Amino acid sequence: MATVITEKVTGASLARERFAALLSEKLPRTSVLTEKEDQRPYECDGLSAYRKLPWIVALPEDIEQAGHVLKLCAAHNIPVVARGAGTGLSGGALPHEAGVLLSLSKFNRILEVDPVNRTATVQPGVRNLAISEAAAPHGLYYAPDPSSQLACSIGGNVAENSGGVHCLKYGLTVHNVTGIKFMTMDGELITLGGKALDIPGYDLLAIMNGSEGMLGVMVEFTVKLLPKPERAQVVLAVFDEIEKAGDAVAAIIAGGFVPAGLEMMDRLAIKATEEYAKAGYPLDAESILLCELDGTAEEVSEGIAQIRTLLLNEGAREVRTARDEAERLRMWAGRKAAFPAVGRLSPDYYCMDGTIPRKHLGRVLTRIGELSKEYGLAVANVFHAGDGNLHPLILYNANNPGELEKTEALGSKILEFCIDVGGTVTGEHGVGIEKINQMCLQFTQGEIEQFHALKAAFDPHGLLNPGKAVPTLSRCAEFGRMHVHAGKLAHSELERF
Amino acid sequence: MTAVSQDKSSELAGAVKAAAGKHAQLTITGSGSKRFYAGDIEGETLDVTGHRGIVTYEPTELILTARAGTPLAELEAALAEKGQMLAFEPPWFGDGATLGGTIACGFSGPRRPYAGAARDFVLGTRIINGKGEILHFGGEVMKNVAGYDVSRLMVGALGSLGVLLEVSLKVLPKPAREVTLCFEMPADKAIAIMNALGAQPLPLSAACHADDTLYVRLSGTELGVQAARDKLGVKPMDKGDDFWRDIREHRHTFFQDDAPLWRLSVPPATPPINLPGQWLLDWGGAQRWLKSVAPAWEIRQKAESVGGHATLFRPAKHFGAQFHPLPAKLAELHQNLKRAFDPAGILNHEPFHAVQGAA
Repeated sequence: MATVITEKVTGASLARERFAALLSEKLPRTSVLTEKEDQRPYECDGLSAYRKLPWIVALPEDIEQAGHVLKLCAAHNIPVVARGAGTGLSGGALPHEAGVLLSLSKFNRILEVDPVNRTATVQPGVRNLAISEAAAPHGLYYAPDPSSQLACSIGGNVAENSGGVHCLKYGLTVHNVTGIKFMTMDGELITLGGKALDIPGYDLLAIMNGSEGMLGVMVEFTVKLLPKPERAQVVLAVFDEIEKAGDAVAAIIAGGFVPAGLEMMDRLAIKATEEYAKAGYPLDAESILLCELDGTAEEVSEGIAQIRTLLLNEGAREVRTARDEAERLRMWAGRKAAFPAVGRLSPDYYCMDGTIPRKHLGRVLTRIGELSKEYGLAVANVFHAGDGNLHPLILYNANNPGELEKTEALGSKILEFCIDVGGTVTGEHGVGIEKINQMCLQFTQGEIEQFHALKAAFDPHGLLNPGKAVPTLSRCAEFGRMHVHAGKLAHSELERF
Repeated sequence: MTAVSQDKSSELAGAVKAAAGKHAQLTITGSGSKRFYAGDIEGETLDVTGHRGIVTYEPTELILTARAGTPLAELEAALAEKGQMLAFEPPWFGDGATLGGTIACGFSGPRRPYAGAARDFVLGTRIINGKGEILHFGGEVMKNVAGYDVSRLMVGALGSLGVLLEVSLKVLPKPAREVTLCFEMPADKAIAIMNALGAQPLPLSAACHADDTLYVRLSGTELGVQAARDKLGVKPMDKGDDFWRDIREHRHTFFQDDAPLWRLSVPPATPPINLPGQWLLDWGGAQRWLKSVAPAWEIRQKAESVGGHATLFRPAKHFGAQFHPLPAKLAELHQNLKRAFDPAGILNHEPFHAVQGAA
């Protein structure tokens, strides 16, 4: 018996060593990891509840090496999971146990900053913030700023179509990328666009953004750089009722403003961040709203004065304007620290990422409150109010048996409610492995089949990141619920207002 | 204008399904305003103009959803009433222009480099694929990464991947003030200045060079525009709005000509390109119109050599734009995508079939 097991293990590791040797024909042997200890850092991304060791980790340094890995994998029918900095929150970079984890961390060079055309050409492993730092001497910056911008890399940003606090005004990643070079699963290099504003043919740039590593392995990007605004100013408004804060947001938009940032936090989130970051948020508020305008000095001064009046008219108890840059940064520091701050309240927290039409905010928050009571788990809410992207943070303790399952069940209910009010299960974190079941609720069978057909147009054998982003129909059947709508509105039985 | 609202989704889907069953070609047709671009496509007409009307418009959410046959005139009037606009400033190319044709062609006007293109404002679509299935992608929210971004893929696909039924768009407030400044100068200097201005925090919303004159539009708040105007130091021209409308609609005298009209999309700071013919530079230098009888290969080669591409936008003698040929592997991906959405190949052909190196 024991002999058989050993032989099996030996057989498996032989196959692994043999394939590693093939990879090493073009990659240094140190860039091919087959030992468990070496692979450990790659077992999960930012969604650490899901962990798995890959078969092999490959760390190519250039396009030729990456092409070699892909060609070999294609020839041997081996799955490939591409990975950037590993900060993703949906398990998109979770390894495949029988596949190669292709880390692009060595693709870490800024190839060019072109201040005249206002573009930067960068490799996927370059950190988001590093692009703005490189552009700063020219008075330019890269606009999308996910909270993890210090650590996350542009490859992952494009794969997930990341947002940030400024996307109402400056768009998501898809709006700021003009060129992509990617490799198909069979190792061919494709160039889409560059420094021009559009590309010939179908808009494959749009499809690659947010494609979660399912269509190709992206190896180079050209991104837009924008002039740094002359001035930015923020106001903090304090509300005793969360609905009033929601109405204030609607009034700001109706007033013709497109704020650079518009963020809302609820009582629990305020409490957590204030204890952690000392941003000066009032602890007795039901909700606070941060509204930032940027532009020329004249525009900003004019706008801030109008917004102050508007917020007071909408029932804000207090409106504070940052007196100087230090205070502005302090006001933002609280919001930016919201996730780690909530993390201190509880051993674990689970971050949701639904987007809803803003007008349903009150209804959604009420429902989250009810569900929170029902499941006995506290929920703090942080809201990109300008664009409707809601991040409920569920507080739990993974060491309590069954609590993670309970948390996932509660999270699932929240996402389902987001779909019911006409929203989506993910605004910016991606589907990955985490929200794959909810995809069955958001899309019909025909829509899911269309996604699979699109994927097959790029990757006919399904070797790129298998099992992520789009569920198989049999998975949906197993999950037991499928979004069925033959007619017009999804969930037509629901009242819509 | 009277707003008409009619839902013809099921009839249209039925027609596509029937056509797919007998492998019969369809020509998706709106008002016909952009037929010069799409070309004469053989096939039975699938008229979508009856499928029209605004489905939802939420000014405080900055989101509008309308059926594909809705005239742009109706949309823009509804938006103007609430002080909002389609920020990609779509060219109409005809009074009857519909939302569907606008999105299918993917055209954007002078505001494009500073506000974004048609595809940047598309949040969701409802389409009929080539099998006659009604499918919905994206939605009425600004941020949505569930599933591939099929909605944006539809923009500029010329109906070849699906019949557009509904489009959800992000809309923006109209600026309180807009002025146009003009400066006499040659093209090379204008390119340098347009790009220098683009790198400064100015409320720029259009920049174009025509007839040895640089035209710059500023948009924003009263004070913001005033301050920028003072900085640039010239008086605004009269009827600036008319000027930009003429550029957008190709009514400017430059376009009143029967010569073949090329559109070159290039990095904005590219110096003047050495090709015979007349030029009009829009989009801060990123979109260049060329009237030229130079051979197609020469124009395409020049565009490629500076990192761009060239479309024969309005041929002299026949209908239908001619697109920049694609490298073989990219062309293969295009064919695969076409088959993925339209397996029977019945919807508006495959417009981007030209392969580089092939005759």
